[in-house]
Amino acid sequence: MWDYSDKVKDHFFNPKNAGAVAGANAIGEVGSISCGDALRLTLKVNEDTEVIEDAGFQTFGCGSAIASSSVLTEIIKGMTLDDALKVTNQDIASELDGLPPEKMHCSVMGREALQAAVANYRGEEWKDDHEEGALVCKCFAIDVVMIEEMVWANKLRTVEDVTNYTKAGGGCAACHEDIEAILEKVLRERGESFDPAAESISQPVVAAPKAPLTNLQRIKRIERVLESLRPQLMADGGDVELVEVVENTAYVNMTGACSGCQMAAMTIAGIQQRLMEELGEFIKVVPASQMPKVAVAAGA
Amino acid sequence: MSDIYLDNNATTKVDPLVVNEMLPFFTEQFGNPSSIHKFADGVAKALKKARQQVQELIGAEHDSEIIFTSCGTESDSTAILSALKAQPNRKEVITTAVEHPAILSLCEHLEKDGYTIHRLPVDKRGRLNLEAYKNMLSDQVAIVSVMWANNETGTIFPVEKMAEMAHAAGVMFHTDAVQAVGKIPMNLKDTQIDMLSISGHKLHAPKGIGVLYLRRGTRYRPLLRGGHQERGRRAGTENTASIVGLGKACELALEHIEYENTQVKAMRDRLERGITEQIPHCFITGDLDNRLPNTTDIAFEYIEGEAILMLLNKAGIAASSGSACTSGSLEPSHVMRAMDIPYTAAHGTIRFSFSRYNSMSEVDEVLKVMPQIVATLRKLSPYWDGEGPVANPEQAFQPTYA
Repeated sequence: MWDYSDKVKDHFFNPKNAGAVAGANAIGEVGSISCGDALRLTLKVNEDTEVIEDAGFQTFGCGSAIASSSVLTEIIKGMTLDDALKVTNQDIASELDGLPPEKMHCSVMGREALQAAVANYRGEEWKDDHEEGALVCKCFAIDVVMIEEMVWANKLRTVEDVTNYTKAGGGCAACHEDIEAILEKVLRERGESFDPAAESISQPVVAAPKAPLTNLQRIKRIERVLESLRPQLMADGGDVELVEVVENTAYVNMTGACSGCQMAAMTIAGIQQRLMEELGEFIKVVPASQMPKVAVAAGA
Repeated sequence: MSDIYLDNNATTKVDPLVVNEMLPFFTEQFGNPSSIHKFADGVAKALKKARQQVQELIGAEHDSEIIFTSCGTESDSTAILSALKAQPNRKEVITTAVEHPAILSLCEHLEKDGYTIHRLPVDKRGRLNLEAYKNMLSDQVAIVSVMWANNETGTIFPVEKMAEMAHAAGVMFHTDAVQAVGKIPMNLKDTQIDMLSISGHKLHAPKGIGVLYLRRGTRYRPLLRGGHQERGRRAGTENTASIVGLGKACELALEHIEYENTQVKAMRDRLERGITEQIPHCFITGDLDNRLPNTTDIAFEYIEGEAILMLLNKAGIAASSGSACTSGSLEPSHVMRAMDIPYTAAHGTIRFSFSRYNSMSEVDEVLKVMPQIVATLRKLSPYWDGEGPVANPEQAFQPTYA
């Protein structure tokens, strides 16, 4: 069974706003090919103010699809259409206290239904802008389509390249065989062959930073991100402490309820993802217990 | 009412009699069966007894045809890789589209290494076409591997006949029988099956123990080489306690095989009848006339399996689903797709699998809650309207698929 948060379970067992809204003037119908789930979102929009006065959902799907639909209707009720369009799938997932990586596409489906409904209200045609594939990297929820596109577009050659461009493979590393298979396939199509020992073409370019961060800047920004994550961890009775930063590796101590928690690895992966997003460069987060002696000496 | 376990095709509870039999082999009799001292005294004898208990359940001619492994998957891999290794000139494998991943993933991997894999399709009832099978057999085929019974639908395949056909064409035959052993009678000495896989935890033995049956005289190359254990055909120190447990479990399975095919079957049939009578728009998948006695797989249309399982779980009932969402994979079960079950039904399939530990009162309990669970979810479904599906559901609701 999936490790669903209590919020997901609550929205599944007691869904809010189930059923179609009477007199709806905005309807979005989308499906996720990756699991066959489908959602119809019906909205009643005030034509003068563009405020969403009522929202209802009908979902053919799993527990997290129903929970994502339910929480979406709660989020957007009372919003203007423009504000509602700013709701991201991350917002939906956060409101549910997170979703398992394999289930993030349920929150994507929610956001897409909303976009489709708004387009329907405005008389526009909504088109999906991304294609979903099989999940390759479970740490960062990266699928095969995304990896293939990046390999093509950027002429990537090694697993390290793929990690630098997509984050895929940057966590537990269990998917490296799959990533190599993708590289083999794409490189063959390009008339080249995959060489695991090839030099990687990439410097970390997650967000193409203007100038590389100095170590001091990096430490300050890591501290700021950890600060922003702290309330969430403390809500679960845990905390995180930055011990040392060596180049692109941040060593942390998970304390309180986080220490020894089975979810610590997931939490660390989550922190790493946030750091990479905020800093725009590749950051590896490692428990301080795994810090090499040299690093300790350098830090001392 | 205590919790109801109807997921016995996934795994079973270890029989308390099996546990009892195992315990001395963790404490007093912990010796290595290869050793010559009193701590190992009874161990070699106990292994021999277990081998005979397995032999008797499957009707093998010799106890030396039983090779203990770590699980069904190891037995499957050993069988197929052995056939390829022993016959390097043969580069083809025949299997079915509905095998367990233990076979299918291995075959996909072999494909990358240049082997040709023939996957027999099934019809809407999950049956194979033997004419098509016959045409695939040739002197290029190293081995045929066909499951004895399908884990999702319980559909039984005519493996005895298929083994004869394979032999007539000079081809080796393996069957993954992890779901069939202990549930239906078998007598391997009267068949032409060369290799057969057993998994202990499917028949009330512990997890982490399996068997590869290897017909005497079948050309064989071990997967694991090392010590002389299992006559050099599977090196590695024996998992003694689990082997003893599996032996006992086989003895008990043989004792209960009639019960399985009468009483257990009666529970399954009652559940099936009750559900299909009370709940509209559901149907049983697989070959209804030719199934394991303990398995039923029911497709509830217009709703999704994981959601059903979560509500069942809340009611204290454990089952499983062929829905994509329960596995985190891209598609609903490959078995449902192979049978061409429409998406709106394949996603809502629930498998109930019984054992001799279940009871009729548990069946009644499931029948009490099931209609409400289905109704609750249908109320949320865009394909459903009040008392029935919307008119032309496929047309009425046409989402944009991302």
